[in-house]
Amino acid sequence: MAANTANASLDDAINRTGDGFLGRLLGRHVFWVTVAAILACLIMSVATDTFATERNLFNVTRNFAFVGIVALGMTAVIITGGIDLSVGSVMGVCGILIGVVMSAGYSFTVGAAAALAGAGAVGLINGWLIAYAGMPPFVVTLGMLSIARSLAMVFSNNKMIYDFGPDTDLLLALGGGTTFGVANPVVVLVVLALAFGFVLRWTRWGTWIYAIGGNEQAANLTGVPVRALKLSVYVLCSLTAGIAAILMVGWLGAVTTGLGQTDELRVIAASVIGGANLMGGAGTALGAVVGAALIEVIRNSLLLLGVDAFWQGTFVGGFIILAVAFERFRRR
Amino acid sequence: MSVLELQGISKSFGAIRALSEVSLTVRPGEVIGLMGDNGAGKSTLVKIIGGNFAPSAGSIRIADRTVQFARPVEAREAGIEVVYQDLALCDNLTAAANVFLGREPTRGVGPFRVLDYGAMYRRAAELFAELKSETRPRDLVRSMSGGQRQAVAIARARLSDSRLVLMDEPTAAISVRQVAEVLDLIRRLRDRGVAVILVSHRMPDVFGVADRVVVLRRGRLVADRPAGDSSPEEVTGLITGAIEAV
Repeated sequence: MAANTANASLDDAINRTGDGFLGRLLGRHVFWVTVAAILACLIMSVATDTFATERNLFNVTRNFAFVGIVALGMTAVIITGGIDLSVGSVMGVCGILIGVVMSAGYSFTVGAAAALAGAGAVGLINGWLIAYAGMPPFVVTLGMLSIARSLAMVFSNNKMIYDFGPDTDLLLALGGGTTFGVANPVVVLVVLALAFGFVLRWTRWGTWIYAIGGNEQAANLTGVPVRALKLSVYVLCSLTAGIAAILMVGWLGAVTTGLGQTDELRVIAASVIGGANLMGGAGTALGAVVGAALIEVIRNSLLLLGVDAFWQGTFVGGFIILAVAFERFRRR
Repeated sequence: MSVLELQGISKSFGAIRALSEVSLTVRPGEVIGLMGDNGAGKSTLVKIIGGNFAPSAGSIRIADRTVQFARPVEAREAGIEVVYQDLALCDNLTAAANVFLGREPTRGVGPFRVLDYGAMYRRAAELFAELKSETRPRDLVRSMSGGQRQAVAIARARLSDSRLVLMDEPTAAISVRQVAEVLDLIRRLRDRGVAVILVSHRMPDVFGVADRVVVLRRGRLVADRPAGDSSPEEVTGLITGAIEAV
């Protein structure tokens, strides 16, 4: 009998948290951003007959898929308390790599491998300088932003590439085609988001990167391999930029050295709107996707409502600040 | 058999001699109050025992075997746990995740392994119950009181069957009621046969729980005696140097 009571109280302690399921849901930043995104979509569906059309939704989802894919990698970096400013340039250099290799007559596989190898190499350099040489992420990746963009020009001689050799059709189908009516980049985004979401929640790697962002010193003292983990998030982030670049080249059907220019800012904005905290320790895969979606929905809505395109930056920028301000006030 | 035996431990940082010839024996289930003024060498001694750095001279013996630690994890594997002054907790994680940090149980097949949250919550709840703390495994550390945070840090030290727990100023920055909680936690550790080295400035806390008082002054061990044979006045004198080594 006594043992029973002891067990019951232990179970009670295990299952109880400070607040119930609803409380925990309401306490999540990502919940509120998702609500905002759904609300925006509902309002637009009622206010215009053009928003909720198959064609428009197809375009909107495909447009944010590229930023969303990179935002997943960026969120992992931001969770550790870092930042990667080089992703836009990595997209540029990876797009050029696959373009140059394929136009030289090699297959899509070789071209994609070259692009991903380039992305991985950039990630390794970033990660090594940050994790092992102890340099600040902002400075290292700012330098890499310039280096990768310049290498893209070197590799391509700053020429546009639109002939992708024998596998041109495959490349165009991959980036520009659809699977069951959904644009392929969106399919890739969904698969990657599920993978990231799973890994962040259910593996040691996931818990450890949150721990590094929460208290790096504590993670180190408890035997978490902090440096190897930091290296891994920068490699992963670069690889997502490489994947996005391959898809983007296939969608555009041509690549210039300008591919992905200033995209690092949109990617960081998506992560931050989705709840990633630049101080580290917070962020989710779902948040990265919803953040990217929200930016695109705002942009698309303004367009459909006939607001002058010059105003887009103001609205998107205002929303970034609003999302973070909301988070601050809610924490009070 | 002793839990820990230090023999002639010295540590120099360049020209500065932080510790000279410190010898100390810790027995199972013994609470030792380690006292001394700022810069007396307390933290250095804790860091040497905890494996943060190696001594310049002298030997460390655990269960009658000489050991050398290159990293804190190695000291932990030898049964020595450190509760750091800042507790080394991640505010953004749950109590259970903090207890298991770096040692998370997983389940699965081969390389496909996922975290065993069920096992983590269960074991963490058991540890908190053992410590008679009301801390809940699924709560975020961010929302916890000072006493609860101490319980999380101590539960982490209890996770493996540690034989010695070093506590660096656990009562320095918490309220009076929480101090009582922490002293209770220390007594629970002792009751389970765990030896505790309590580093503290606070005389009443040390005399409240310690079996022995050890005083460091300018890197030297100047007193090592049963708490019952000493007094706060004497220890104060030893710390400041008003009383010479006894």
